[in-house]
Amino acid sequence: MIRGRLLWPLIALAGLILLNVVFTHSFLALRIQDGHLYGSLVDILRNGAPTMLIAVGMTLVIATRGIDLSVGAVAAIAGAIGCTWIADGGDVPTAVLLALAVCVLLGLWNGFLVSVLGIQPIIATLVLMTAGRGGAMLLTEGQIVTVDSSAYRQIGAGFLVLPIAILISLAVLGGVALLTRRTALGMLIEAVGANPEASKLAGVRSRTITWTVYVFAAFCAGVAGLMISSNVSAADANNAGLWIEMDAILAVVIGGTSLAGGRYSLGGTLVGALVIQTLTTTVYTIGVPTNVTLLFKAVVVITVCLLQSPRTARIIGGRRRTPATAPRSQKVAAG
Amino acid sequence: MSTSALASLRPRLPQRFLPVVATLVVFAVTFGVGSVRYQDFASGQVVANLFIDNAFLIVLAVGMTFVILTGGIDLSVGAVAALSTMIAASTLRAGWPPLLSVLAVLVAGTVLGLLMGLVIHYFDVQPFIVTLAGMFLARGLCFLISVESVSIDDPAFRDFATGTIELPGDVTVTYSVLVALAVVAAAVYVLHLTRFGRTVYAVGGSETSARLMGLPTTRAKVGVYAVSGFCSALGGLLFALYMLSGYGLHAVGMELDVIAAVVIGGTLLAGGVGYVAGSMAGVLVLGTVQALISFEGTLSSWWTKIVIGALLLAFIVLQRVIVRQPR
Repeated sequence: MIRGRLLWPLIALAGLILLNVVFTHSFLALRIQDGHLYGSLVDILRNGAPTMLIAVGMTLVIATRGIDLSVGAVAAIAGAIGCTWIADGGDVPTAVLLALAVCVLLGLWNGFLVSVLGIQPIIATLVLMTAGRGGAMLLTEGQIVTVDSSAYRQIGAGFLVLPIAILISLAVLGGVALLTRRTALGMLIEAVGANPEASKLAGVRSRTITWTVYVFAAFCAGVAGLMISSNVSAADANNAGLWIEMDAILAVVIGGTSLAGGRYSLGGTLVGALVIQTLTTTVYTIGVPTNVTLLFKAVVVITVCLLQSPRTARIIGGRRRTPATAPRSQKVAAG
Repeated sequence: MSTSALASLRPRLPQRFLPVVATLVVFAVTFGVGSVRYQDFASGQVVANLFIDNAFLIVLAVGMTFVILTGGIDLSVGAVAALSTMIAASTLRAGWPPLLSVLAVLVAGTVLGLLMGLVIHYFDVQPFIVTLAGMFLARGLCFLISVESVSIDDPAFRDFATGTIELPGDVTVTYSVLVALAVVAAAVYVLHLTRFGRTVYAVGGSETSARLMGLPTTRAKVGVYAVSGFCSALGGLLFALYMLSGYGLHAVGMELDVIAAVVIGGTLLAGGVGYVAGSMAGVLVLGTVQALISFEGTLSSWWTKIVIGALLLAFIVLQRVIVRQPR
């Protein structure tokens, strides 16, 4: 079933890459220079690394039938803390640890609102989305804080044959895949998303699991925020990670994870994030004004969602019976 | 304001009005704080300015209330408003008569909303994703029309924007305020005195029950997005009047302000509970917070965001407390 769901996103990805090859013949070329791998494909991966990382955290949140809108703000806070700490003369490891610790706290806060107070995730995380960016601006006093630290720069712009950002994202993705798919954890997360009440009655600690996924999402957002600010050696509280939550959610949805929860695909999220980043790069290469990217994004999202819709599958000729788990109450997702 | 103070209100007041009353109390309190701290704050003109500066937000909040009442959400409102300013500015520049231009904007917004509603209902895709795509689409279209800001020079449009109405007590308001109040009145009528409004509440309460009762749920579910699209377009026009320009980066993030206003106004995101008047009060609360922070002068603008976040938190916790009370 997952394979079937991944079909359209993979076709979209292949189509985008093909389009790029037509426009730029050297698109697929990779070259090694000073022990670093360069090429358009590497660039796509590198620029997409923060989104991919956040999307991994988001996948688990969405699998529990939740959503986390605050990740962009959390990323901005992480960057702000890291950069202000270094700019004030602190050392890099402390800056990173401090930033990530604060992000974990923010995640605990989100998880508390959702799992203990029982507030709808969309609105619980909206609080931090609104206030968080204000907080980040408070930290940077509304300025763009620039830092000059080669160690800090490594996180977002460093190379270890491949850019370090890619390695971090892939490591997290692989780690989560191993942890959730080789143990029962993934199944428990899906159980919470499929039916919180039933899973609780079955002895699943649904509250702890829900809480944990929000903390993990905030942690991923924190790392991504450090990557973003390290890449440009500056913290921009206003624009760092702006709309990245939307990109991450789109990546998750394009990858076939339903917003209704109960089922997730990390492989799908990887493909989804790649589709989004390739699309952005494609628009650059073709030479369309960058802001029009949004238009293409909208078209791709709607197309992929419509193609994945059970109803479309039925219209196209009932190739496949509607999977029993696919259509669920539409109302859940809105909340 | 403590919950015990609220509890004492309960016997006399139906519980469903409680969130709206709480919003009004918060509005009174924030405004009271302003009048105590600053001598010029408690004037009729400051109240009028709240309406003048937030007329577009009120209209957007009305549309959003319809959608949230059915249990949906519309993330596209800010982008559609921006698209409206863009369409208005570019058509006026092309020499269209203002009325035709306004009509084009309203039709475009409504059609976009209708399309999103149809996709949500017939293809069973979550409102969050569809309206997110709608947001990207509308912003993309803005930049397709023009990457730069387009100013509005049409004399009739400018007259309407700058024209004021004298009210008793040396208070002046703009025509936008009248439009916004008319929209609120129309929305109250539609929600409480028409079949469509009743179905909207029923769908939010329980879609299955509403359908089994034979109510036209499809029409309501698709219709609210068209209503929201229309309100976004109208709100965008008011915003164009306010800014006298069309720009693709107008109203960025406004959907969040609108959702915050609706939630602060006491509408439950689960659907079925809420009032348009509450949403208007929510907008006024946000407006007062902004006015307070600008009166204070020394506070930086980002405090607005923090305060809005805190208010949002206070209200959702309050709503949880109310919902958890045994009925």
